Parts: sequence; C-alpha cells; structure tokens
Amino acid sequence: MVTMNQLNTKARNTWCPGCGNFAILTALKKAIVELDLKPENVVVVTGIGCHGKLGDYINVNSFHVIHGRVLPVASAIKLANYELTVIGHAGDGDAYAIGLGHLPHAARRNVDIVYIVHNNMTFGLTTGQVTPTTPRGLKTRSTPYGVFEDPINPIALALACDATFVARGFAGDLNHLTYLIKEAIKHRGFAFIDVLQPCVTFYNTYQFFRERTYRLEDEGWDPTNKVEAFKKAYEWGDRIPIGIFYRIEKPTFRDSIPGYPKQPLVKEDLKIDLTDLLNLLT
Amino acid sequence: MDISIIIGGEAGAGVMRSGYILARALVRGGLSVFGTNDYPSLIRGGHNAYMIHASDKRIHAHRENFDIVVALNAETITRYVDQLTENAAIIYDPKDRSYAEKLSDKALLVEIPMMDIVKEEKAKPVMMNSVAIGAAAGLTEYDYEILKSSILDSFPKPEVGEINARLAKRGYDIALEEYSSKFKIKVAPLEKDGKQIYLTGNEAVALGAMQAGMKFYAAYPMTPASPILHFLALHGPKYGIVVVQPESEIAAINMVIGAAYAGVRAMTATSGGGFSLMTEALGLAAMSETPIVVAIAQRVGPSTGMPTYTAQTDLMFVLNASQGEFPRFVIAPGDVKECFYRTIEAFNLAEKFQVPAIILIDKYLAESHMSTEIFDTSNIKIDRGELITGEYKGKEYRRYEVTETGVSPRAIPSTRNAIVKANSSEHTEYGYASSNALNAVKMQEKRFRKLKYMIMEMDKLNPAIYYGDPQAELVLIGWGSIKCPVLDALEILKSMDISVGFLHFIYLSPFPVKYALKYLKDRKIMLVENTYTGQLANLLKMHTGLTVDYKVLRYDGRPINPSQIVEKVFEVIR
Repeated sequence: MVTMNQLNTKARNTWCPGCGNFAILTALKKAIVELDLKPENVVVVTGIGCHGKLGDYINVNSFHVIHGRVLPVASAIKLANYELTVIGHAGDGDAYAIGLGHLPHAARRNVDIVYIVHNNMTFGLTTGQVTPTTPRGLKTRSTPYGVFEDPINPIALALACDATFVARGFAGDLNHLTYLIKEAIKHRGFAFIDVLQPCVTFYNTYQFFRERTYRLEDEGWDPTNKVEAFKKAYEWGDRIPIGIFYRIEKPTFRDSIPGYPKQPLVKEDLKIDLTDLLNLLT
Repeated sequence: MDISIIIGGEAGAGVMRSGYILARALVRGGLSVFGTNDYPSLIRGGHNAYMIHASDKRIHAHRENFDIVVALNAETITRYVDQLTENAAIIYDPKDRSYAEKLSDKALLVEIPMMDIVKEEKAKPVMMNSVAIGAAAGLTEYDYEILKSSILDSFPKPEVGEINARLAKRGYDIALEEYSSKFKIKVAPLEKDGKQIYLTGNEAVALGAMQAGMKFYAAYPMTPASPILHFLALHGPKYGIVVVQPESEIAAINMVIGAAYAGVRAMTATSGGGFSLMTEALGLAAMSETPIVVAIAQRVGPSTGMPTYTAQTDLMFVLNASQGEFPRFVIAPGDVKECFYRTIEAFNLAEKFQVPAIILIDKYLAESHMSTEIFDTSNIKIDRGELITGEYKGKEYRRYEVTETGVSPRAIPSTRNAIVKANSSEHTEYGYASSNALNAVKMQEKRFRKLKYMIMEMDKLNPAIYYGDPQAELVLIGWGSIKCPVLDALEILKSMDISVGFLHFIYLSPFPVKYALKYLKDRKIMLVENTYTGQLANLLKMHTGLTVDYKVLRYDGRPINPSQIVEKVFEVIR
C-alpha cells in the first residue's frame, strides 16, 4: 500500500505559501492512499496555469499538456488503457475559457475519468487577469475598471452537459474534498468537480468561502434529482453549497464504442491479417 | 490499347459510383486503371465527373482528353467538346439529342434510351447510370460478365445489384449491336497473374495504418481526408480499432497524443485547415516526445479555398508548423502502393525516434483510384523502438533520460517500477518542469541528436527515387502525387525518343540531401508542382544550394496533366 510520503517527488514546489492548490494536491494524495491505488496505475493530466505543476508534485504518472486540452488527452488515455485511473486537472482558464468546448463532449460521452477544475477565478500564473468565473465588477489587471461580463456557473454548466457526477469542493475543506475525489474516482463515468480555490496572491477568497460554504451531505441532499440539482446550482449568496449535486449511472464511452476489444487497446496484438479486407477491393 | 472515359452528370446522379463500377470492371480484366473525380463542394445540382484512364500498359495518371463521354445530362455533352479525341464517342439519352446533334462532326453519337429502359425495368431514375456504363462497355466490346461481377460486388444488397446488372446489359446490348462497329477502340481483358486491387490514396493510408497496428483513430471530418475516417469507422471495429469523431481537430490530435502516451499506435487525418488547428498540439507531441502520426490531404487554400480541388501548397507550412524547433518526419507517398507501405513506415519511425510523423498527400492522390497488385503483407515489420511495457528493470526510471541517440527508453503508464512523467514545458530527465539554462541546452540537444540518426535511417529507406534515363541532362523533380503525371509524361517522351530523368522526393523532412546532390548536381532541373511559388525549389536551394532552372506549376485546383509536362520539356529542349 502506498503512503503519503511515497507520493512525494523531488521537484521543488513553487506555489505561493497558502495556495489553494496545496489542499487539492493533498486531497488527491489522500484519496489515492485511502483507495489503495497503485501509483503506476494512476495518470494525472494537467493543463496550463499554476495547477499545471501538480503533476510534478505527485509521484504518479503525469502528463502536463497544453492550455485547455486536458479532456481530450485524458479521455484517450482512458480509452487506450481502461485499467488506469485517469484524473484530469484544469484551471478555470483551461476548463471554462479556452478549453470549454471539450466539456460537453467529454460529459455526453461519459468518459470514465475524473475532471477536477481548480477554480480560483483568476489567471494566477499570468499575474491576475479576468477568467470566465471572475465575479462582475472585480478589478483585475485586464479589467482595470472592473469585470464587465457575467461569470459562468460551472455546476449548472456541467449539469446541462449531462455529466453523470457533478460536485463542488472547497480547498479550505480538505476532508470534504478528499471525500469528493474518492467518490469521483469510484464513479464509473465522467466525474466533474469544481473546486473553489483561493488564490492568496491575486484573489484571496478563503474567508469569503469559509463564511458561506456548507456541505450538502450535512443536509441530507438527494443527488439523484436533476431538476433539484439545477435549482441548487443557482444558490450563491450567503449560503454556498459544496458536495455532490448530482450523480447517476450510465454506460461509459467505452461501453458504447463498437468493436472495443475484450482487453485494453494497449494490450492488443499489433499484427492483424488484412486479407479479407484487401479482397473487398479487388 | 489505351482508353480514356469520362462519366458526367449532376451531383446526386451517382456519377462517382457508376464510374467506380466501370473502372473496377476494367481492373478485374487485368488492365492498368486510374480513376479520378472532379466535383464541387455541394450535395445536389452541381456538375460531377469521374474520369477513367485504362491501358494494357502500366499507367499512373489521368488523361486530359476523352475517347468516350458518358453523358448522364445535357451539360456533360457540351462540356468536354474541346477534350474529345479524334475517334471519340458520346453516349447520351434521346432527351438530350438536340445537344448531341450539334457535335455529329466531332464524335460518334451513341444514343441509348436510358430513361425508357429504366422505366421499362421499373427501376429508379438514378439507375440510368448503370445503363450508361453498360453502353460504354458494349461500345468497346468489353466482356459483359466482368462488368456484371463488378456491379454485383459493388452493391451491398444483392437485389439492387441484380437490377443494376440487368440495366447495364440492356445498354450493353444496344451499344454492341448498333454502334460498336463504328467505334475503333476495343478493350479486352488481359491474361495476368495475381490479383489487382483498386483503391484510393485515402484507403491505402487507412489500410497502412491498420496494418501498422494502429489501435486508435480520431478525426474531424474535412474534405478530402474524410474518407479515411469513413473507411476506418466501417472496418476498424472488426479489427479492434477504436475510431472516434471528436468535437474538433484540436480534440482529435490531443486524443491521439493521449492514446500514444498510454502506449497505443494512434493517428489522425485532416486537411490544411484542420492541421492549422492542430499545430499547437503537434508541438506538444514533439516536446513530450510522444510518437504520433498525422495524415494531411491537401486542398486548395488559403482559408476555405476550393475544398474539393487539389494543391501541394502546404509543404512549407507542414515542414515548419508549430512554435519552437524540433525534428519531424514528413513523408509524401506518390501513389496508392506508397501510401500503404510508407504509412506503415511512418508508424515505425514515429515510435523509433519518438517524434511526430506526417503523411502528406493531396486531394488528387487521396481521392483518385488506382489499380495496383494486391499488397504483400507477409513481410511487414513492426518496430516499436525503445518501448518498455510490463516492468522497468533499471534503477530509477527517467522518461527523458539523456542518451547517445537522443532517444530515451519509453515506458508507458502501468509499467511496474516506472512513473512516467510527460511534459509540455521544458523539463528535466525525470520530466519535471525546468527553465534552467543548462538543462534547456541539454534537452534541446538531446532532442536534436535524434536528427542524425533519423537521417541515417531515412537514407536506407529510398527517401527519393530516380526514374528514367540515368544520364539525362534534364531532370524533373517533384514530390508526392506529382509522381503520377510525371511517370506518364516520361513514357510519352520516351516514345518520342526524348530522354529525361525524374527524381521523386518521398521524404521532405528530413530532406534527402545525399540523394538530391547525387542525382541533381550538374543537371538542368525542372520542378513540377501544384503550387504558385514552387516550394520544393526553395527547399532544394535551402538544403543543397542547387537552383531549379524551369518550373511547371499549376494552381487552379486541377492536377497537372502529363501533356502539360511534355509540352514544357519540348519548349525547354528546343
């Protein structure tokens, strides 16, 4: 069984002290330890931004890809070898700006991967510009007169995309986040977690969210009703729900693909006999 | 015997299908056949044409003039007036008689009551095309039974095949009895060993990928590369190949990279516009040293251009696509046989050197059918290079270990005793991001150290092939599908006792410098290319200092005709 220490790497961590990414990384490690996953069978795919360095800080397979493309890369890794646990990490820029176009498709295909969005509502690594989740009116380096667009609602968005597991976590609630990641990994299908993640340097929301977030699980929330989940997704004010809004079992992408072999693609023999096919062309 | 037939009609009239069926009948008779289409980017109402060039000698391209015009509508009758040969015939329906009659001094008028026959046989109007191709076969006294076998094998439903065969026989009989004595060209099957297949460049690339052990294919539809997707979607599942049409070309190539990282051979295909979207991810494949194969079927640009017409204008783009510097393979097969074998080669090279490999074709090769001997698959070699599966036996695995050849041992996720860290950022040997100056030098040199070995390997693979007179003063050069018209031009020139050479470049990256110098030094060089600027001339100059003396260029979306090359050679040697 792997330990927390064995999941550390030699890479020097360059996140700001107090960064919400630390909690997400720790929750991920705890989930891997508590679910007793083998590091060589876990793949973490990360996008571009501060969160993207996460792969350097956890001793499992990782692929740090380009901006916005976590979902297609992660989806295909799972298709190639479904015995792997594939966890995609994206920033709010990755997930909701440049790479938003992939979300509905990964969701409707129900690819059996976890998608964790590090939603800090700012572009941190490029020093604090507006993102699609920055609240209206906030002054950022690219909106010096205040944000003049309404933000995206990630939970409602994921529900509308027919994701089969839709959750929100908070980087200030480690145990709850660990629970969410474990449930997401166990979920057979596309598991979406939007994580409210304070950026201590450009948009520190620790106190804001601490005062407002509450756990859905504490209130006996029934995550099987999509209409109710939609209503809940719009609760954003004095009280902000975190937890699993919605989950449902459906066939995964692999279950639906015609001719998917009886074993992972990666184990298939490369040699095939094309004689019959060539004869069709005579 | 050499014959050229064009079948024309409105889009939706089954022009391509009937042309294919007639051509396939000729292929089954052992003839050398080339079939190509000409169609606009629309579904209904435009003019479609399928051209067949067939011969009892080996031919490689279309012919620009026609012995038989099969007119499924009035427009076809008049459209090709300037391209009729001396003894041409026009097959048409009585309803279009008024158009045909004006051409009675230019061609033999073969009037076949196609619409009436269709009515009598209670068939659908579109099936008049079967009557028409039957008439073409009858006119040349070709063996009806072979045509029938082609028809029956080309319709999935036997009853549909039967009715089309019956319609073809009606057209065949009328043409044979009433007109064939007045038509000079007779086509007879040849006694020949071995089976021929008849397929497009797209199909050959798809088959090559399958034979290479590709297990994952993702592509977004784009003319003229979509038929690769269609072929693999239809046949892939029977061979355990997963075929996905994702939301964009960006998703397609990133999926291919993911699948390749996980250890399966993967490919995508597109045209120039789609590849424009893929360029960022191409760099990801290069930086993360993930072996992928991308097939590109060029069409006319810039931008949407002319989607269904041919060009070779993306050469420089493909050679330089994506930011930063990195080695890549760019391979341009020249015919269907090369499409098959070179695609397999591309997969091997991509994995052996852990670099992207690009197959560069164009609409002319992608969508033209060619007859060829059935592919020999008995000696296909699969070389996965430094791939590690199961367990890593070394001490501490480093995905980007610096080695003599620049190629690092490549473990895949799930390998015991190995954690595989791939990275789009510059990285250390372990795969951790790093912007350290010394490390950057080390890694960039590691990646480029491969180039020397890539060139050594390429030089063993006939990266450029010389045809024609070895001593010729004038040597034509070209790449990719240019091989087709040039080889036919060479034959025409030979019959006139004019000897020239032809150096066909299959590899464009790395550039086969040794071959270029060996065959082109101290010769007059004539470039043949479907571009405005003559891109290969620039490339040749850049790599060898050699200068192209003459150019045969075409940029109207149509393939270069053999006769166009012959004329230019004439002009030059005078």
